[in-house]
Amino acid sequence: MSITGYIMWAMLTPLLGAVIISRLGRWPNMREAATLITATTLIGIIYRIYRRFQSGEAGELVVAEPIPGLSIAFSVEPLGMLFAIIASFLWLVTSIYAIGYMRGHHEKNQTRFFTTFAIAIAATMGIIFSDNLLTLFLFYELLTLSTYPLVVHSGTDKARHSGRVYLGVLMGTSIVLMLPAIIVIQTQTGTLDFTAGGIMADSVSPAWAITLYLLFILGIGKAAVMPLHKWLPAAMVAPTPVSALLHAVAVVKAGVFSILKVTLYIFGPDFITSTGADTWLIWLPATTILLASLIAMTCDNLKERLAYSTIGQLSYIVLGAVLANPTGLLGGSLHIAMHAFAKITLFFAAGAILVATHKTQVSQLNGLGRQMPFTFIFFAIGSASIIGLPPFGGMWSKWYLALGTVDAGQWAILAILMLSSLLNIIYLLAIPVRAFFPTTNHHISENIKEAPITCLIGMLIPSLICIYLFLNPEPFYSLARLAAQ
Amino acid sequence: MVGQHSVILMVVLPLLAAPVTALLPGGRSSWAIVMTVMALCLIMSLGILGDVISGSLIHYELGGWAPPWGIAYEIDGLNALMAVIISIVGTLVAIYAWYSVPADIPENKQPLFYAAYLLCFLGLLGMSMTGDIFNVFVFLEISSLATYALVGMGRNRQALTASFQYLILGTIGATFFLIGIGLAYAATGSLNMADLAIRLSESTHVQTIHTAFGFIFIGMALKAAVFPLHQWLPRAYTYAPITVSAFLAGTSTKVAAYVIARMVFTVFTPEYSRQTLFNELLMVLGAIAVIHGAVRSIGQTSIKPLLAWSSLSQIGYFMIGIGLLSATGLMATMIHIFNHALIKTTLFMAAGILLYQTGSLRIASLSGMGRHMPLTFAAIIIAGLSLIGVPGTVGFISKWYLVLAAVEQQAWWIVAVLVLGSAMAIIYVWKLIETLYFQPTTEPHDTGHIERTPALIIPTWTLAIACIYLGLDTGISVGAAEAAVNSLGLLSRP
Repeated sequence: MSITGYIMWAMLTPLLGAVIISRLGRWPNMREAATLITATTLIGIIYRIYRRFQSGEAGELVVAEPIPGLSIAFSVEPLGMLFAIIASFLWLVTSIYAIGYMRGHHEKNQTRFFTTFAIAIAATMGIIFSDNLLTLFLFYELLTLSTYPLVVHSGTDKARHSGRVYLGVLMGTSIVLMLPAIIVIQTQTGTLDFTAGGIMADSVSPAWAITLYLLFILGIGKAAVMPLHKWLPAAMVAPTPVSALLHAVAVVKAGVFSILKVTLYIFGPDFITSTGADTWLIWLPATTILLASLIAMTCDNLKERLAYSTIGQLSYIVLGAVLANPTGLLGGSLHIAMHAFAKITLFFAAGAILVATHKTQVSQLNGLGRQMPFTFIFFAIGSASIIGLPPFGGMWSKWYLALGTVDAGQWAILAILMLSSLLNIIYLLAIPVRAFFPTTNHHISENIKEAPITCLIGMLIPSLICIYLFLNPEPFYSLARLAAQ
Repeated sequence: MVGQHSVILMVVLPLLAAPVTALLPGGRSSWAIVMTVMALCLIMSLGILGDVISGSLIHYELGGWAPPWGIAYEIDGLNALMAVIISIVGTLVAIYAWYSVPADIPENKQPLFYAAYLLCFLGLLGMSMTGDIFNVFVFLEISSLATYALVGMGRNRQALTASFQYLILGTIGATFFLIGIGLAYAATGSLNMADLAIRLSESTHVQTIHTAFGFIFIGMALKAAVFPLHQWLPRAYTYAPITVSAFLAGTSTKVAAYVIARMVFTVFTPEYSRQTLFNELLMVLGAIAVIHGAVRSIGQTSIKPLLAWSSLSQIGYFMIGIGLLSATGLMATMIHIFNHALIKTTLFMAAGILLYQTGSLRIASLSGMGRHMPLTFAAIIIAGLSLIGVPGTVGFISKWYLVLAAVEQQAWWIVAVLVLGSAMAIIYVWKLIETLYFQPTTEPHDTGHIERTPALIIPTWTLAIACIYLGLDTGISVGAAEAAVNSLGLLSRP
């Protein structure tokens, strides 16, 4: 099969999986087996694409051409390859974890849950392999729609309200801000194809370019740049595996991935620096990084704290994109990978705590480290990686991001990055510290046990990867390097 | 032989069949006749569209009398597309009627219903195919009179007042249109559209022409329910039987919008509109309609008025497209007319299935029904997404061309209105979807099998699939619209 054939199957496999899963509602074990088999198959397919990609094979898969010159088309490029590896791998890990979580927590509508989950992955694959802005936009919207049922999974009033915020912000910004920007680009340049080096340099004036770039940064609401971040904490009402995969990996990373793609292949980094967009717009992600860290410190709800931490970390990636120099872009792209593995560990730990103890607040976790040692060790590893401490993978992305600010001469931004890392230590590492070394002599009921084994395996794998990526950040480093140049 | 005469056969066939249906004793036999006529018309209209897309114009003289004395039918891309829309909607609604008419209309009135349905159908077809402006008036009256009767047959007694209100306003509109025609005739001495176009530009009776244009526009705007002449529409759509709402939503206002486009682009020429600033007026009215319709739609508590107000919002888009006075703008309007016909008919048909299953169309009492009626619900989602304009659906294509047309002329405020309209569509569509699927079932209904009735689900799903398929393969709608624009001699797209 050619590379385009594999790309097609990368999208069709989760979709077929969704159909099969939805038919197996009556036999939970078969249904879960179908999820795992589909996820494994997808990894195989992505691996095949990776091998072909490395051997230099390229190809474009055109599915339809609704408007002359505008097609629904797919192809592979380094950044997409990087994201595809992460998303497909973490889907399998999350599925293992979700099986334990959903059963342990006695959630309802599990069939709907696993079905929509698979559809969301199919939509993510569409975003990853999109060859032009129109295709990206199409799957971006599909991803929003397919994750909506997951957000409102519990069906309570609060969930429905959050669902409305989720849909309203994500669809609203994409239609009101991003779509007009896409159309203007189409009318000005005559194409929407992702082209290395960008397509805008000769056809748009600098003032327009800054406006359009701003429309993208805000219009891609999934990147959660303030002030359009409210949907992310709202979406935390979803079951924890959803928060883990979708709101730490697939959905939010699809957002920053889109911003990186637009930066690299539509505007072109050189064009962005030549217009001065970088010096002005960089304050959006920089402010977000700082504010999100400050808000996270005040959150007592564990998942909400993680949500604000995600908002801050996403803006690191946006920052890397806006810096628009090779080091910054390398750091931003690398951070997609590093943050994904670290944050998914944290969400899994939060879910494990919820399943085992039914506790949701940070202040309730005093002394729990004795009952749940593994969970909190994994939590500490994830936190350290996000902060950017050695020996964890998160160090590399922060390293290159910091170098990027130095290259650009943005000393103030560098200071913000460092300050935010300090804040990360306070609001993240404080949690395992509190669990292992309680300040007050809290009475902990004795019948609390460690989380279910599938949950522990789910946490073990990404936290081991966090360590491994410090020693050998491949293949992500070379892919990010390829994309950034 | 038939090929050449199919233009007139499409009008004559339903005209001859209508009295026959009325005289038949039972509903089923009348249905068979309607179905046959509709299917034949559909085949003929597709044949005509095929000819037109391949570049030929069809000119047919009634009885062999040469225009401007005789009546001529001129078919270009514009009206070929209209004929196809009317025939597709007419045929699918006729299939739907197999179930819906016996459910809504008493047995003894069914033959009359079908006769009125045929008359309405032929009136709309005639309006869109004729090249003679007085002929437009004749067909307008035929279709309007039939529509009053159809609306009045609703289950609810309020249908009668809705129908009466429509009758009053419709008659005023028709009268205005007739006065306008009279004035145009006084100024030029011709009723043939092509002939009028030449003579109007040469005529020196400037005041008369202005007045004629004003009367013609107001008359047609009433029929098209252009803001602020839209008051009759929500009530008429709400109280009419669902079969009628589905048919009217897909055809009636659209034919009137087509006539406005024809007047602006062929008869009075775009330069005339530009000089009189009429295009600005159209765009402002259209923009108000887009926003006003969407706002009112959001506030509705029942499905039918929600869809009706959303239709008013869409009519605003048609007017904006015409008002832009460019090739792309006209293309966008024609494509949107076609696409919206598919979308709205799907939604009304799906709403009908909900009604027959639960006996109610109040949104609150339908909560959770989507889970029990997956086929219907999926059709609503597809059509709803098209209404918003999500890529991959037909709605995206038309919005795309509309925005493109606005950007071409640097009309940024229009872009803002279009985008705002879409964003508001998210709210009212989502209100429906959320209640139908994500809220717990409040009232016990039979979670039955009505949605598995082939007569209901086949036409609904044919349209729903078309909403997706034609959003990816736009050969038909865009091809026909391009042919239309070319035949009008407007500049082709840059």
